Amino acid sequence: MADIIKNIEQLQEKIKNCTQCLNDKINGKDGKRHIVVCGGTGCLSSDSKEIVETLKRLIDEYRLNDQVTVNMVGCFGFCSQGPFVKIYPEDRLYHAVKVSDCEKIIKEDIIAGNCIEQLLYEDPTTKKKVEKQDDINFYKKQMRIALHGCSLINPEVLDEAIGYDAFKALIKVLSMDQQEVINEILASGLRGRGGGGFPTGRKWQFAYDQKSDEKYVICNGDEGDPGAFMDRSILEGNPVSVIEGMMIAGYAIGAKNGYFYVRAEYPIAVKRLQIAIDEMRACGLLGKNILGSGFDFDCHIRLGAGAFVCGEETALLNSIEGKRGMPRPRPPFPAVKGLWGKPSIINNVETLADVPYIIRVGAKEFAKIGTEKSKGTKVFALGGKVNNVGLVEVPMGTTLRELIFDIGGGIPNNKKFKAIQTGGPSGGCLTEKDLDVPIDYDSLIARGSMMGSGGAIVMDEDNCMVDVAKFYLEFICDESCGKCSPCRIGTKRMLEVLNKITKGKGSLQDLDDLYELATTTKNNSLCGLGQTAANPVFSTMSNFKEEYIEHVTDKVCRAHVCKAMTKFEIDKDKCKKCSLCARNCPVGAIFGEVGKVPYEINQDKCIKCGACMSSCRFNAIYKR
Amino acid sequence: MAKVNIKIEGHPYQVEQGMTILEAARACGFNIPSLCSFKDNRCSLASCRVCLVEVKGARGLVASCVYPVNEGMEISISSQKAIEARRHSVELLLSNHKKNCLQCDKNGKCELLEVSKMVGAREGKFIGDMTPSTYDELAPGLIRDTSKCILCGRCVETCKALQGIGILGFENRGFKTIVSPTQNRSFAKSPCIQCGQCVLVCPTGALMEHSEIKNVDDALKQGKYVIAQVAPAVRAAIGEEFNEKIGTSCTGKMFAALHRLGFYRVFDVNFGADLTIMEEANELIERIKNNKVLPQLTSCSPGWVNYLEYYYPELIDHLSTCKSPHQMQGAIIKSYYASKHGIDPKDIFVVSIMPCVAKKYEKIRPGQESKDGDKDVDAVLTTREIARMIKRSGINWAKLEDDATPDDDLIGSYSGAGVIFGVTGGVMEAALRTAYKTLTGKEHQLIEFKEVRGLQGIKEAAIDINGTIINVAIASGMKNAKVLLDEIKQGKSKYAFIEIMGCPGGCVNGGGQPYVKPMFLPNEDDNILDTYISKRASILYSEDEKQTVRQSHNNPDIIRLYDEYLEKPGSEKAEELLHTFYNNKREKYPN
Repeated sequence: MADIIKNIEQLQEKIKNCTQCLNDKINGKDGKRHIVVCGGTGCLSSDSKEIVETLKRLIDEYRLNDQVTVNMVGCFGFCSQGPFVKIYPEDRLYHAVKVSDCEKIIKEDIIAGNCIEQLLYEDPTTKKKVEKQDDINFYKKQMRIALHGCSLINPEVLDEAIGYDAFKALIKVLSMDQQEVINEILASGLRGRGGGGFPTGRKWQFAYDQKSDEKYVICNGDEGDPGAFMDRSILEGNPVSVIEGMMIAGYAIGAKNGYFYVRAEYPIAVKRLQIAIDEMRACGLLGKNILGSGFDFDCHIRLGAGAFVCGEETALLNSIEGKRGMPRPRPPFPAVKGLWGKPSIINNVETLADVPYIIRVGAKEFAKIGTEKSKGTKVFALGGKVNNVGLVEVPMGTTLRELIFDIGGGIPNNKKFKAIQTGGPSGGCLTEKDLDVPIDYDSLIARGSMMGSGGAIVMDEDNCMVDVAKFYLEFICDESCGKCSPCRIGTKRMLEVLNKITKGKGSLQDLDDLYELATTTKNNSLCGLGQTAANPVFSTMSNFKEEYIEHVTDKVCRAHVCKAMTKFEIDKDKCKKCSLCARNCPVGAIFGEVGKVPYEINQDKCIKCGACMSSCRFNAIYKR
Repeated sequence: MAKVNIKIEGHPYQVEQGMTILEAARACGFNIPSLCSFKDNRCSLASCRVCLVEVKGARGLVASCVYPVNEGMEISISSQKAIEARRHSVELLLSNHKKNCLQCDKNGKCELLEVSKMVGAREGKFIGDMTPSTYDELAPGLIRDTSKCILCGRCVETCKALQGIGILGFENRGFKTIVSPTQNRSFAKSPCIQCGQCVLVCPTGALMEHSEIKNVDDALKQGKYVIAQVAPAVRAAIGEEFNEKIGTSCTGKMFAALHRLGFYRVFDVNFGADLTIMEEANELIERIKNNKVLPQLTSCSPGWVNYLEYYYPELIDHLSTCKSPHQMQGAIIKSYYASKHGIDPKDIFVVSIMPCVAKKYEKIRPGQESKDGDKDVDAVLTTREIARMIKRSGINWAKLEDDATPDDDLIGSYSGAGVIFGVTGGVMEAALRTAYKTLTGKEHQLIEFKEVRGLQGIKEAAIDINGTIINVAIASGMKNAKVLLDEIKQGKSKYAFIEIMGCPGGCVNGGGQPYVKPMFLPNEDDNILDTYISKRASILYSEDEKQTVRQSHNNPDIIRLYDEYLEKPGSEKAEELLHTFYNNKREKYPN
């Protein structure tokens, strides 16, 4: 049982000790060496847990227990290169570590003191090995505010968080009055990181202005965009920062209880959050009369059952109340009538993670980062056809070009960049002409996309944009709650038209119909999900109209994605008559004679599975 | 009430603060089409997106059924954007709606059809797949056809908020969403009480009564003695099916029409109601005298009986063992009446015309048949169904004589007490009139017990009978009944007798009554949804006043029945024919 921290002085003392402890570790002043291993979801799925266990076993075997520690930390962000192992005090970063590398790390680095060159990241352009994290191009333009402490502290140990700035903001806030806190957030220019970009301070102000015996703070951790894992990584990497943000919000609006609504598919985030809450309760940082200030606050976790629509704030409220996750009409807004009819604010994980920083360094400092109307940083989950897939936090105003080419390292296999989808299924795609656009809320909307929660999926010339629209529509169609008719039926009808087009059965009339449906769904739907459901259609239609027209008039899919319009053929000159393709064909559509007659594909039989193409060792098979 | 200034289409209006745009527009003389909203904003999910309008300064179109007016608001209903949006919403609904309108029993009262006309929906727009549908006809009372459902959610809200039950909900997601009892079970396989309140609010043909017109046709074809008996509440509303204003008394025309449909005899269930009072008052007095289980609960509403069996089975002993009036009357027709006329009961086919869909279930309950297994009642038609039969027979309602009466044949007479059975509080009042006489030996001077009248959900009264105070209570609608039942469960109930009706307001607002939908009632007041129940109820009270015989025990046919056949209330014969038993149905649904 941890000791109760009774007042601010005791907490300050604790902060001092923990900070000293953490700094000593990083600087090596404690005379030990410390190994940290990435415990983000990506690395965990690449055996980072086994790496930790193996390292611990080896340390036992070599009797290094009093000289070396091994800890798991939050996400490093550079997911395509994981799992990461970092060694302090040298600040040496090993990438793509396998369980089989552990022995080498202990023997050559920990015992012999040598840097293992082959485990260092190699810069793809200069071909030089890079030892320190900050020298890797991927990290150079990044700035970690929301991800503060991720990849540094052990998220399952409260003292580590306390050693790395936790609760400094809380202490500050407890000496301010509620309106001062709200003013600070207003002055920082912080806007909601969940997608809409509504000014956070104004949201708090609305809830503060309501007179009520009970109010609630809700943290929206129902991250559901395909390919997005920003909130997940924050919760997994530094849950205490989000709890602190929630406490500050609770203090500001006058709430005594907060709810974390987290997807059940995020078990690690939930576990670490629960550990943090339990530890904080145990030492009196949650509960009644926190630090003797008279401020009562506690928080609770509610698991989402995997419905995308529950990320919509009113559907989320229904879900917490145990009802079916269907959006409520607005007004009344949640700030007036929210959870159980009480004034409530719903903030995204990343938004709340930004709050302690703003209070700690001051709104002015925060407002220096970013563009005129979008302050601070934004975390993106960079994915798709880009070399450096991972989690990226950049200042607002960074251009897409910097994001994709400098941080992301460009497109693999020298393919041509075609588009980047931001904002998930509610967003839109941006193209070559938008590459130098500074990323902020308003500029993305002006170009037909949106910030969204931070999904960023890069597409190259091999992506068919009609197919991309279809992919997102399929997602939305499945995830529509079914409550309002434009979304329930409109998305289905759009999907039907897109299916028709990608099957080569579309006509120019279908394009008009699609546009009409998209407009109706946008204008008529009840909630944000439906109102933005057509965005992928709008943005692909406006940016890639010619692709749509090719699909319906010429029955051509230039990216060779739409099977109905794609043929696999064998280049007779390149064919070595080896028969490998014919043997791999699941339907016996390829005929020829080994060593004598070049192989050919019977188009009537071919099911376009592509097995022949991937089996051919001479690039003799192509799509047309 | 504070007023706000708004503009609609540029014209200034003053409306009450707190109104929705839809209400305000209606008050100012505009009709905005809407489907999901019902009783204005009291039941609205804003889900159909048919009532969209443009509001200056608002982000996008707004759903007028939930959006409140505020000072200076400028509303445009007829902007091209709004007109097109409303039409598209309807066209999308139609693209996923089974359009067999010509054969649909809802035709004429289908709000979707009416709204389609209003918005000018075009043929063949947005054609595509249909949601996989369910046709549930297993329940005797109700039919659910999801192929016609537009998922407005009115039934869901009604079952949950009005009746406090919540059988219906949304199942599945996206395009596969349907409204159904949990796991898309049949009504028959869920603890649904079959009150039919959901049917009353359904804008389309997705929820309907389970029609038995064909069964009646078959019986007529077979040349059976088809005897019709009509419940008190039917006369209070049947005229509405023939464009009479709500609250128009149609007893004479109703009997005139029934006499023209080929039935062998037409009787009034008011006789059965009088009989029920004789038995139920006797049972109450017996319970009081012998210190048996009290309070006694009435048993004439089958939806309510279902509710008790499903949700409060531990209170079954409180329920009167009396069959409901039409079941009693059916039993008498097939015994006393049949023997008097020398007709084989097997050749008799009793058709009850009821304001109720739960009665369709009640007639097949165990314990509602003779010793030989003949069902007391063979078919139950709702008010809506009998109106359909009248319409198809070519009868011109307007030209019917309006002083026709039931056949005067052994059981043709009735008292005023029987008439008021159709409204909440009526059974109580009728029982009190007879109980007073039985206990005191004389008639109550005023005849009427006005303290038990009115449409409040829960009423109570203390009746002084010769110095003995009898506490009584009345509830209609299951949400209200629950309050009284919980009191009994906790041992806190002070009442001796409680009347409970399944439908709010009693039988006049039964699930089988004509639909009250403002869009089809241009000549009714704006607040008709607030007043129709009391308007219907007043018909019954004024008919009671007109009767020379006001008490059940003074009905001459009742007196003769006891003299010649039953002997006395609660006799062995009466027990056999007029009383029944109940079952614990919760066991079927332990959770």
